[in-house]
Amino acid sequence: MTLLGWATIAIFALVLTALAYPLGRYMARVYQGERVFLTPILQWPESFIYRVIRVDHKQQQDWKAYARSLIVFSLAGWLLLYFILRTQTLWNFTGLNPEHFHSAPWNVTFNTVSSFLSNTNWQYYSGETTMSYFSQMAGLTVQNWLSAGIGVVVAVALVRGIVGRSGRSLGNFWQDIVRTTLYILAPISVIGAIVLISQGVIDNFASYLTAHTVTGLTQTIGMGPVASQEVIKELGTNGGGFFNTNSAHPFENPDGFTNFFEMLLVLVIPAALIFMYGKMTGNRRQGIAIYGAVMLMFLGAVAVAYIAEAHGSPAQHAAGLHTGAIAGSGGGNMEGKEQRFGIAGSALFDVITTVTSCGAVNSAIESYTGIGGAVPFANLSASEVIFGGVGTGLYSILLYVLLAVFIGGLMVGRTPEWLGKKLEAREIKLAGLGILITPLAALFCTAMATATSAGRASISKVAAGGPQGFSETFYAYLSQANNNGSAFAGYTGLVQPAAGNLGSHGISFADLLGGVDMLFARYAPILFALAVAGALAGKKVSPVGLGTMRTDNPTFVVLLIGVIVIVGALTFFPALLLGPIVQGLTGHLY
Amino acid sequence: MSDSQTHHGQESASLMQGAMIRRALLDSIIKLDPRVQIRNPVMFVVEIGSVITTVTWLIQVFGGKALGGNDPAWYTFTIAIWLWLTVIFANAAEAFAEGRGRAQAATLRSMRKETVAVMQDGSSKAASELTRGDVVVVAAGELIPGDGTVIEGIASVDESAITGESAPVIRESGGDRSAVTGGTKVVSDRLVIEITQEPGHSFLDRMISLVEGAARRKTPNEIALNILLAALTLIFVIVVATLRPFSLFAGASISDTSLIALLVALIPTTIGALLSAIGIAGMDRLVRRNVLALSGRAVEASGDVDVLLLDKTGTITIGNRLASELIPMPGVAETELAEVAQLSSLADETPEGRSIVVLAKQYGIREHEMAHINAHFVPFTAQTRMSGIDLDGQQIRKGAGDAVIAFVEGEGGAPPPQLREVVERIAREGGTPLAVARDSQILGVIYLKDTIKEGMKARFDHLRAMGIRTVMVTGDNRLTAAKIAEESGVDDFLAEATPEAKLALIREQQGEGYMVAMTGDGTNDAPALAQADVGVAMNSGTQAAREAGNMVDLDSNPTKLIEIVEVGKQLLITRGALTTFSIANDVAKYFAILPAIFATVWAVRVGSGRSESPLHVLNIMGLGDPRSAVISAIVFNAIVIPLLIPLSLKGVRYRPIGAGALLRRNMLIYGLGGLIAPFIGIKLIDLVVHGLLGA
Repeated sequence: MTLLGWATIAIFALVLTALAYPLGRYMARVYQGERVFLTPILQWPESFIYRVIRVDHKQQQDWKAYARSLIVFSLAGWLLLYFILRTQTLWNFTGLNPEHFHSAPWNVTFNTVSSFLSNTNWQYYSGETTMSYFSQMAGLTVQNWLSAGIGVVVAVALVRGIVGRSGRSLGNFWQDIVRTTLYILAPISVIGAIVLISQGVIDNFASYLTAHTVTGLTQTIGMGPVASQEVIKELGTNGGGFFNTNSAHPFENPDGFTNFFEMLLVLVIPAALIFMYGKMTGNRRQGIAIYGAVMLMFLGAVAVAYIAEAHGSPAQHAAGLHTGAIAGSGGGNMEGKEQRFGIAGSALFDVITTVTSCGAVNSAIESYTGIGGAVPFANLSASEVIFGGVGTGLYSILLYVLLAVFIGGLMVGRTPEWLGKKLEAREIKLAGLGILITPLAALFCTAMATATSAGRASISKVAAGGPQGFSETFYAYLSQANNNGSAFAGYTGLVQPAAGNLGSHGISFADLLGGVDMLFARYAPILFALAVAGALAGKKVSPVGLGTMRTDNPTFVVLLIGVIVIVGALTFFPALLLGPIVQGLTGHLY
Repeated sequence: MSDSQTHHGQESASLMQGAMIRRALLDSIIKLDPRVQIRNPVMFVVEIGSVITTVTWLIQVFGGKALGGNDPAWYTFTIAIWLWLTVIFANAAEAFAEGRGRAQAATLRSMRKETVAVMQDGSSKAASELTRGDVVVVAAGELIPGDGTVIEGIASVDESAITGESAPVIRESGGDRSAVTGGTKVVSDRLVIEITQEPGHSFLDRMISLVEGAARRKTPNEIALNILLAALTLIFVIVVATLRPFSLFAGASISDTSLIALLVALIPTTIGALLSAIGIAGMDRLVRRNVLALSGRAVEASGDVDVLLLDKTGTITIGNRLASELIPMPGVAETELAEVAQLSSLADETPEGRSIVVLAKQYGIREHEMAHINAHFVPFTAQTRMSGIDLDGQQIRKGAGDAVIAFVEGEGGAPPPQLREVVERIAREGGTPLAVARDSQILGVIYLKDTIKEGMKARFDHLRAMGIRTVMVTGDNRLTAAKIAEESGVDDFLAEATPEAKLALIREQQGEGYMVAMTGDGTNDAPALAQADVGVAMNSGTQAAREAGNMVDLDSNPTKLIEIVEVGKQLLITRGALTTFSIANDVAKYFAILPAIFATVWAVRVGSGRSESPLHVLNIMGLGDPRSAVISAIVFNAIVIPLLIPLSLKGVRYRPIGAGALLRRNMLIYGLGGLIAPFIGIKLIDLVVHGLLGA
């Protein structure tokens, strides 16, 4: 551990908060239909889009109408992406497939399409050996934008339901998604891409380069429009790398500054949304309380990961190596980490991308120490409530807030109320089911995959039959159920003998189970969150009194963290024991 | 009460308790019926687990070891027994709660004797056949055959059967004391009563079904909590079901019995078992305070009350005004006025009159005995609006200002000019002025004042701390009302209140999102009682009021509302606290059961041919051996239910310390306590169980 390492973490938290707060207020204005400084520039393209897609953006929608629009939009997006990816060679005339890659097999494509639609970006394929530039740009990147947008609009709709004083309207889906894209994602992406390009992130349509190394070997170096996808990959908490090595690749993430910048991009919208919630509900303090609860859990995870990795691995200790910081080296477990990011930059990145649904990586999680490697597991077990994905994070934690308010509210001797609205059977049922989905999907899919030989076929040969094999499998389905997309590596759904997909075949079991896992765990909670919004929208608001439980003070923060940690821990503890924990408890190699 | 009576009372109480306990135990077996259990998803899961483990055990014993894996039969048997006990304990909790009400119902039922009603036309009809609109005549010594309204007559009625209060109460036609209840007894005089009930739907019938719990429906909050518990149960069913393939992958086989034990330990059985008992006990606590809640929903709502409407008279002030000051006219000595005022009130037995005599004493006036002086009492009449005495040829009168002026002028005197001023001032301040005259001279004025009940200020502070705003409702003018409001410490007031204004106030408060509670007795209170979220009708009131409210206070005590609110809050707190406790318990159970059932998972050789799982370090309680650990967790899980029955019947205490402090306190006791207690409990049980197994 170094002072610089801790300082990086502390400065990151401060900068994030400083950026997220004003952004949250800006977003509140956008969704409340107020004028913002970009309105004069963007109102024309906005109304142009409404005309082109022929929707009445002023039509107020109840939760069912809102959900219908969302599902129709997603379904269309799914079919379009599947079509583009399966017809990759048809688009060669655009000149955007310089390597003449063929389409990936149908089953892998099913997985990939479901993955990008659900903001998961789980990748059984490697970008640089599978996807044409056209597929990346017109297919995957488009969904990176739209899946992020969908997450945000669901969160906004839920907040509107919480705020709503009368009627059942949650706003208009089409207006929300267009505004999210134009007013929030686009401006930040443009600035972000320019910053990344300035630091050396490539953005071109060139053919792959062939380099001759000093040892006389040849090496193929992938090219492509990276910066433009990189920025939305982070900003939209998508995480699907342009290259297989994701953010560890120098063309995606060249230096310590871009690393810091990309981490900010990942968290800034999830963090801002919490402040937006505070602003829109007119209860700034509650926004801050939730932010505080989330930040505490986040920093806790970062601290554990950093300390564990800086401490070094058992193998290092067994070999009698010095693992402390010395001049010129931060020490610790550097296996699988990039020298230019160091331990703190890797641990922080790792935690950020696993608490959110980003899933990008800049280091190899399977090379982490037992405890360090358990942190991403634990983060995923919290089901995207620690900041979480863009939008997803807010609506997920709000469902937990609802449960915490219900239990806590009883303990002060009133039938529970949240921001003045009584919580009754319907909301509890919907929120309970919403919270249930992710664990259900993760555990059920892992059980299917470990119990069947078809499922076990995806486990890497070296890990088969041991706790590492269990960890790989569990992580794969946990990550997909959380729409995270980060991989523990080893678990595969595509066998690709050569770049370009000639002769490759997918592993249907893993591809299809994972695809269904992602879609189910994405859309079922969305529908429950919207239904909760609908149930809350028309409720009468009672004023706050002395006897009302406050949801904006430290006591509530403790209660909320307690509910999240206990529910998450109780759900996943047994499974975690059989994988990462058993490995972490012993130096034994299975 | 004599010693023998006391003794007898205790004996019969303990006999009844014995019968009650036997009945409750029997009930807890009868309630094992799956059709009963399915209404409680948590306990239903436990019951299914009990059946499976029992069948497993039977097969182990009689059909070889095909089932049950490596488990010895005694292990399966022990788990099965404790799972059954878990369900039985849950049933017992509910049965106990019901039993307390049932005892009360039995007393009530014994009153529902078959009487013959005498109709107004002289014919007779069985009481059970009376319908709405029938008119009956009840003479002294007879039981009133059904609920109704007195339409003629005045009589004293013994209502001890339903209220427990032995002193008879007055019931009369017209006014606010016209309601009579079937089963009560007319002690004097004769009443003509119009029946207001349909057969089988009398107040008594409703009371019986309420206290028995027969009419009990789950309340909204109870339903919501039940759903939460079902959702948690569902999560744990998934967790445990997926553990089977996981452990097989890890090369360990865990028996069904152990998995079921884990599932039962994890699902929220503690709160699941006690939830309905808590609800029944809440109703019962109200019954013990002589309040009948006509629905569980009302009890819950009373915990939420934000605004309390209180009638001034009888609630905040003592029903009657009392003399507080004597104001002599110029030229009259205070003692002279006191003397005359006292004489004027000697024969006046009203509280006002008594208070004048008491006040006069403070002026050093010795009390005269009416019998010892040669006086003639002149009673108050509506015509004269004065009362007094004629004594030794003197006419002493007291009464309303203008009435006394008229009297004095009739005697040839003239009222002093200051009189009108004093009278007006007192009226303005909300008091009642009584002028005192002797023959043709007005001596002065008695100031009758509203007297605020003792301790009201403290009560209002208490309510404020509970987060409840109090509004005093009075027919007085604004000035008077403001003064009393200030003195009593009530938060707000509604002056010159009419029933319509009261109703409008409730609607307005509800429109702002407040939950409103009120008490009332008169027929004109009925609309407001019906509109209020918690409407407590006084039993002494009219039938209309009793039907409009959702609670009836048999003691007719308006300050009872405070206790009602506390009972409602207690009910909700108890639910929340035990839910928290139940969930927090799970952590320790994981640390007991998981290392036990994973004892051989991915075992590593640890020298000398022995091998064990690295997960054994999770056995932080140092439990003796795997089977003892699982049994101890299940035993703890079961016995915590009967241990908490007293708490759920009594309710977690409510303290008006503000929501924040209350939440912190309960989180600490039931959250942190719930986290720690099972570690200790399971360890202690394991010491016993492991000892027994070793022996």
